[in-house]
Amino acid sequence: MTPLLELTDLGFAWPGQPELLDIRHFTLAPGETLFLRGPSGSGKTTLLGLLGGVQKAGRGRVALLGQDLAALSAAARDRFRVDHTGYIFQQFNLLPFLSVRENVALPCHFSRLRRDRARQRHGSVATATAALLGHLGLPEGLHERRAGTLSIGQQQRVAAARALIGQPELVIADEPTSALDADARESFLDLLFAECRAAGSSLLFVSHDRSLAGLFDRDLSLNALNRASQPAET
Amino acid sequence: MHLLRLALASLNNRRFTALLTVFAIALSACLLLAVERVRSEARASFASTISGTDLVVGARSGAVNLLLYSVFRIGNATNNIRWDSFEAFAHHPRVKWAIPISLGDSHRGYRVMGTDARYFEHYHYGRGQPLRLAEGKPFDDLFDVVLGAEVAEALHYRLGDRIVLSHGVSTVSLVQHDDKPFVVSGILARTGTPVDRTLHISLAGMEALHVDWRNGMPARGAGRVSAEQARTLDLQPTAITAMLLGLDNKVATFAVQRQINEYRGEPLLAILPGVALQELWSLMGTAEQALFVVSLFVVLTGLIGMLTAILTSLNERRREMAILRSVGARPWHIAGLLVLEAFALALAGVAAGLALLYLGILAGQGYVQSRFGLYLPLEAPSAYEWALLGAILLAALLMGAIPAWRAYRHSLADGLSIRL
Repeated sequence: MTPLLELTDLGFAWPGQPELLDIRHFTLAPGETLFLRGPSGSGKTTLLGLLGGVQKAGRGRVALLGQDLAALSAAARDRFRVDHTGYIFQQFNLLPFLSVRENVALPCHFSRLRRDRARQRHGSVATATAALLGHLGLPEGLHERRAGTLSIGQQQRVAAARALIGQPELVIADEPTSALDADARESFLDLLFAECRAAGSSLLFVSHDRSLAGLFDRDLSLNALNRASQPAET
Repeated sequence: MHLLRLALASLNNRRFTALLTVFAIALSACLLLAVERVRSEARASFASTISGTDLVVGARSGAVNLLLYSVFRIGNATNNIRWDSFEAFAHHPRVKWAIPISLGDSHRGYRVMGTDARYFEHYHYGRGQPLRLAEGKPFDDLFDVVLGAEVAEALHYRLGDRIVLSHGVSTVSLVQHDDKPFVVSGILARTGTPVDRTLHISLAGMEALHVDWRNGMPARGAGRVSAEQARTLDLQPTAITAMLLGLDNKVATFAVQRQINEYRGEPLLAILPGVALQELWSLMGTAEQALFVVSLFVVLTGLIGMLTAILTSLNERRREMAILRSVGARPWHIAGLLVLEAFALALAGVAAGLALLYLGILAGQGYVQSRFGLYLPLEAPSAYEWALLGAILLAALLMGAIPAWRAYRHSLADGLSIRL
């Protein structure tokens, strides 16, 4: 089976700085959930930028669904990213001035593919939004509220619904639980797993919080993966 | 269209700053339009002050000065012209009609003009409209007065009211002609010209007022002549201030003008009112242009205010941009969002400015008309005004390109990373 995501001989350095990332080989299988562990400053954010095609690799190859991102134009890369990837960030994921429902539907305005998939599965973007929000435990009374008025925990679930709408093949979550307390963390993850499974999406979960690692299919340390971070051992 | 919804929602989130920006643009747009409207109305009403008159004749001075006192009732004549000079040109073979004008008195700040029946017959304004009486009839009796529309309205005079004229033209006259009151015999319809601010009496009436004056002072005691006594005297004036001439043929204008200017009897000056009007307007044109330029700068200030507001918001909105990027917005979407924002602010400002203008005209129309004699019509914007508004919107679009370009650069550099 072709991997969903494949990095080969990837190298990246910010201008005028030593190489930050040097990854010989990394894959993520379709439907797999992966816990990628790394302290801050280990290049996590940069790696996510490379995966999203926002930053360009200095050398090597980033392939999503077999497509080499470097081979695409900037505009095509943007389109390809939103078609196949959903994002959840640490916090403040939402546009506070839009309603919850509008926030969730945002990717469908920029990606025809995800809009079509949402319609195929639920009939319309609106029902897809309502269904996802329902599954993630947000009562209908909240759907028309301004996103800025929700609690952090509720906002993260709205962000998850937005990442999942239109079933992208990959969901990238960058420390989405760091602002939540321990109980909320687990229940959030349970819901996220369930929905990723339902959508058939792989989950790449980046965090420094090792306590969650056991819930994932695979647990990987970025420092182990990145040869640039351990020059002493080579 | 979804981008527009995003831009509006984001603006709504910052509605206090947005409203202030809209208000600033509205005020500046309103000012620009108001200046433009007053300017064009002033020009139009100015050009239509007098028509049908081929030559204005007075004592030799400057063309603009002559026009000012004879037509606009501003300033004073440097000298009079003799009655026999008037007679000479009134009977000139090319002259169809001649109107004598005698100035120098006033009533509560409004000028009094001595003339005769020919004035009501031949004086035209606008596009050749004659004077029309709204009430009553032209002066008939020696002490009859015909009021301009504004005089009657401002001072609440009706037909039959008795009024006392003052000597001289200062607003606070020291000497009153209170021994010879006049009776309102007619009120003219509004013309929008200085005629509205004039009291018209007969030349004989003007003469009667001053028949017992010596050396610029009224006679005392036995020297006084009562109103009844004045009726028995010969009141043929010996001098007048100016005359208006209508010729039987426009082609003769320059020839007659030259004859008057070379008249041997006394130094006279004949001017073509159209030419003098243009000369006068070009004098005021500089001020008017300056006013227009100032209002353009006010608009620019309003737009720069908008630019500042948008640019200041950019940094705190980097998060907003990064979120949009993460859900698939491309850098040009982000740029478009900011251009739309600038356009929406300017559009709202221009619309509010128009509303403000019409509200202002509605509220101030009467005052401006009575105080300045300017009629501001409550009509749809002219093509030129639309063009001005369009130019404001275009300028806003161009200015919106600055934050758009910056946000475009930001969003390329920041990517999806959300920084504080």
